[in-house]
Amino acid sequence: MKLTLQVWRQERPESKGRLISYGVNDVSPDMSFLEMLDVLNIELVKKNEVPIAFDHDCREGICGSCGMMINGRAHGPGRGIATCQLHMRHFKDGDTIVIEPWRARAFPVLKDLMVDRTAMDRVMMAGGYVSTKTGGMVDGNTLLIPKPIADEAFDAAACIGCGACVASCPNSSLMLFVAAKVSQLALLPQGQHERKERVESMLAVMDENQFGSCTNTYACEAECPKEISVTHIARLNREFIRAKITA
Amino acid sequence: MVLESNIPEGPIEKKWTNHKFTSKLVNPSNRRKYTVAVVGTGLAGASAAASLAELGYNVLAFSYHESPRRAHSIAAQGGINAGKNYANDGDSVYRLFYDTLKGGDYRAREGNVYRLAEVSGSIIDQCVAQGVPFARDYAGYLDNRSFGGAQVSRTFYARGQTGQQLLLGAYSALARQMETGGVKFFARREMLDVVLVDGKARGIVARNMLNGKVESYAADAVILATGGYANAFFLSTNAKASNATAIWRAHKKGALFANPCFTQIHPTCIPVSGEHQSKLTLMSESLRNDGRIWVPKIKDDKRLPQDIPENERDYYLERQYPSFGNLVPRDVASRRAKEMCDKGFGVGPSKMAVYLDFAEAIKRVGKEIVKERYGNLFDMYKQITAEDPYLQPMRIYPAVHYTMGGLWVDYNLMSTIPGLFVGGEANFSDHGANRLGASALMQGLADGYFILPYTVGNYLAGTKFETVKTDHAAFKDAENDVDATIMKLMNVNGTKTVDEFHREYGKVMWEFVGMGRNKAGLEKALTLLPKIREAFWKDVKLTGEANDINTELEKAQRVADFLELGELMARDALHREESCGGHFREEHQTDEGEAMRNDEKFAYVAAWEFKGIGTEPAMHKEHLVFDYVKPSQRSYK
Amino acid sequence: MKKVISFYHSSVGKKILMSLAGLFLCSFLVIHLSGNLALFKNDNGESFNHYSEFMAHNPVIRSTEILLVAGFLLHMFLGGTLWLKNRAARPEKYSAYKLSDNTPFESRNTMLSGSIVLFFLIVHLKQFFLPSRFFGETNMYALVLQAFASPLYDLLYLAALVMLAYHLKHAFQSAFQTLGLRKGKYIVLFDAVAVVFWLLIPIGFASMPIYFFLSTLK
Repeated sequence: MKLTLQVWRQERPESKGRLISYGVNDVSPDMSFLEMLDVLNIELVKKNEVPIAFDHDCREGICGSCGMMINGRAHGPGRGIATCQLHMRHFKDGDTIVIEPWRARAFPVLKDLMVDRTAMDRVMMAGGYVSTKTGGMVDGNTLLIPKPIADEAFDAAACIGCGACVASCPNSSLMLFVAAKVSQLALLPQGQHERKERVESMLAVMDENQFGSCTNTYACEAECPKEISVTHIARLNREFIRAKITA
Repeated sequence: MVLESNIPEGPIEKKWTNHKFTSKLVNPSNRRKYTVAVVGTGLAGASAAASLAELGYNVLAFSYHESPRRAHSIAAQGGINAGKNYANDGDSVYRLFYDTLKGGDYRAREGNVYRLAEVSGSIIDQCVAQGVPFARDYAGYLDNRSFGGAQVSRTFYARGQTGQQLLLGAYSALARQMETGGVKFFARREMLDVVLVDGKARGIVARNMLNGKVESYAADAVILATGGYANAFFLSTNAKASNATAIWRAHKKGALFANPCFTQIHPTCIPVSGEHQSKLTLMSESLRNDGRIWVPKIKDDKRLPQDIPENERDYYLERQYPSFGNLVPRDVASRRAKEMCDKGFGVGPSKMAVYLDFAEAIKRVGKEIVKERYGNLFDMYKQITAEDPYLQPMRIYPAVHYTMGGLWVDYNLMSTIPGLFVGGEANFSDHGANRLGASALMQGLADGYFILPYTVGNYLAGTKFETVKTDHAAFKDAENDVDATIMKLMNVNGTKTVDEFHREYGKVMWEFVGMGRNKAGLEKALTLLPKIREAFWKDVKLTGEANDINTELEKAQRVADFLELGELMARDALHREESCGGHFREEHQTDEGEAMRNDEKFAYVAAWEFKGIGTEPAMHKEHLVFDYVKPSQRSYK
Repeated sequence: MKKVISFYHSSVGKKILMSLAGLFLCSFLVIHLSGNLALFKNDNGESFNHYSEFMAHNPVIRSTEILLVAGFLLHMFLGGTLWLKNRAARPEKYSAYKLSDNTPFESRNTMLSGSIVLFFLIVHLKQFFLPSRFFGETNMYALVLQAFASPLYDLLYLAALVMLAYHLKHAFQSAFQTLGLRKGKYIVLFDAVAVVFWLLIPIGFASMPIYFFLSTLK
């Protein structure tokens, strides 16, 4: 099939970007979206142009590197997938596809479709861990975690940190990401001792990094490649209240 | 050069304990005076960096990703082995040691493998403490499943995303150290050279991928944990950016490269769909617990799989290997699949695939249970192929997945360059000629959490260091070399893109240095590969600027190194006149088509020394001694 | 005190205060509606006027009124503050943005629905609250009848109620989410209560102009 792509091109973080139109021919429905961009990039290089920069790596939806706004949707049409898992069979001949980077003040554009998501690392550094040290651990089976709890914690832990929650949110809020980590560790016995400090400190760093606040539109849940539920945001809110009202 | 493996004396179960006791220690208050550079922040790198920083060392960690959480360890699906015998099925440290050594077809060191099995249990405990949500049973105990090459259930897992959960655990430990300042993390830096002063590794040169600056970092020891080199084949299950540049450049600086031909072909990957294919997707080996592999009994059968009656299906693994059945080791399963397709029994549009069928499992335990076990894998398969594995069997075919070879290291995980340590897939160590499923995560974390923190300390405590800063001539020379290579690449201005060269090279590698190898093919590869390398340097085309984000330049550097490494892989495969594990020489097989080892001539590690591009490398042998497990013909019948 | 300040400084803290204020305003809606139902009593407005009198001059109500005004102001102030923060969180807008594929109208437009409700509230206060509270109007029943006789006013009134319904449709469940109460089996319960609330309250209010307008047609 033949497609028209309108791709955001921006040379440097400080330069002004714009949408540029490219035609791509011979797109196979079995191609992944990123493979389609690979083909375009080869053509661009051959034409002596600079290829489109975008982050990607594992191409199986787990590393969280890729992410672009495709026709106004984070990771494009479909549910529960990252951009790399989107296949061209979701489009039809003659379609125009608008491709933009994640847009948020906290995710400045580095080049073209590549953005800086290190703000998420900073939030993690503020408490997205159990303060263990290597060595001297008790046997894993001395800590009993019933299956339903382990399963729910896993659902939250499945977050791949791609930033689609921020990109799709009308407020560029990071709440689902923070909630996923806070919720995972609040559910597990290992996370109990630092429960209060964790939620307070991660939320404070989230605010510092100029993400917006949650208005419960639930766009994040709809676009999350791992379909992480907003019930984890409710738990985050509970954890916050708990931290504030208990001594 | 004599290769000293430095395996400690004493009975095998005491070696590591004794070694830890006899190792030199750095006084806690002196540790902050030492700087350790850790390159790569996957399982091995992140765990090593975090653990060293916890001990008090000053750690510099480098990744070409924006965040440690993106490392390819994250994609490991099935699980992590540990000899805890939770399943009460007779497992033990010794059995894990035995299975790993046997699974590796007796091409690994006993001492190393035993240590790996010995610390395996602590890894699970460590990860549990970090909050890794391993699968649990209803009473709350850790759950296990079985994996290929073992007859016990010793694989711990977190649904089909075990690698992700373990990496996020290591990343969380690292994040904590980044917050305290124990680790300085350098994102989007690609290591392009290791710097030697007085013969010792004293730092690295890296390119800042955001602005193209070539930067120097001085350290007292360097750890490379940069993963494997399966992308030499272009199509592999590795992530797109996975590369050999760090280890290859270290190799060119004097680190020996061991057993480069030992590559693992994973039997259960989604088949290639066309020329546009950019990488292959693995379907976890755990699927073979419940999936049955078969092909139609008639060649070129055009019927839909569901229309083929039971008696017209050949469950060839169950037929050929009644005791292990679908759970034979990866190399065996892969070769049998290729054999079936080569004989014309393949299925699917390309005919280069076999079926992996869950109909029976769904009938036996119900769709819900199957979904719980493999839901994410089934979804992934459906996304890619638009076929629903709940309704029809998956089509699978082997693909390059892991490289057992890597930089040669001694028992301390130190390469032949003093102060240059190598962990995880980047070293050659523990898997011999074939890695068992769920052992990569085990090894990466063993190296990072429980081995390197001791052995690096031992090295630092026992070595005298001159003060070396980045203004030292060795750094300037390395920077100049790196700059020169970059400019050379930018200035070729040819006609073909990096990907085109890489794809072409990968095809030659897959055809002649892939699953089945023979003398003629390997010799042919050794004439074809250098030609592609030469053509690359004459005709590659890059656009953009060197002092900017330049994804083509990044790829070009990596491919340039693969183009040299591939030749070494072929050369190593050619010299190893035997079949063992993932290295299958067609000339050396039994009448039944099983791999035939030659222990008399090849029970050694082949460690190659770089002698210049296009010049034949020198081979050094480390003979393998088996005091505990006598090598025997592997049998999974 | 430090805790209170940090609570307020957190975006989540602000949201919690805003949802508490919102829920408080919801309770006012219930009281207001139940009182207004006196309009339907067939006694020529006697009960309604009595109720209006009570609302305008009872000391308890008068003091609660301060709370109510404070609640409104707080809700609006926090809403405005967060709205500005959220706008600033995305300085460069998407040229294609299909938020509508994933979210309902009311969730995307609380600021719009809230602003329209606020506009109506001002009109409404001028029309009913000021005369009763400050200018000694005693026959509120007559005032209401007069207002509802105007089709234009009825349309404005109904339009504002539609906006109120939208506002409540999002806000009611959103408040429970923000307070962390939307969990497990309660989700169904809260969502059911939310439907009853956002639907019944505006319908209750709407029944009045419709009833009185229709009765003028007779």
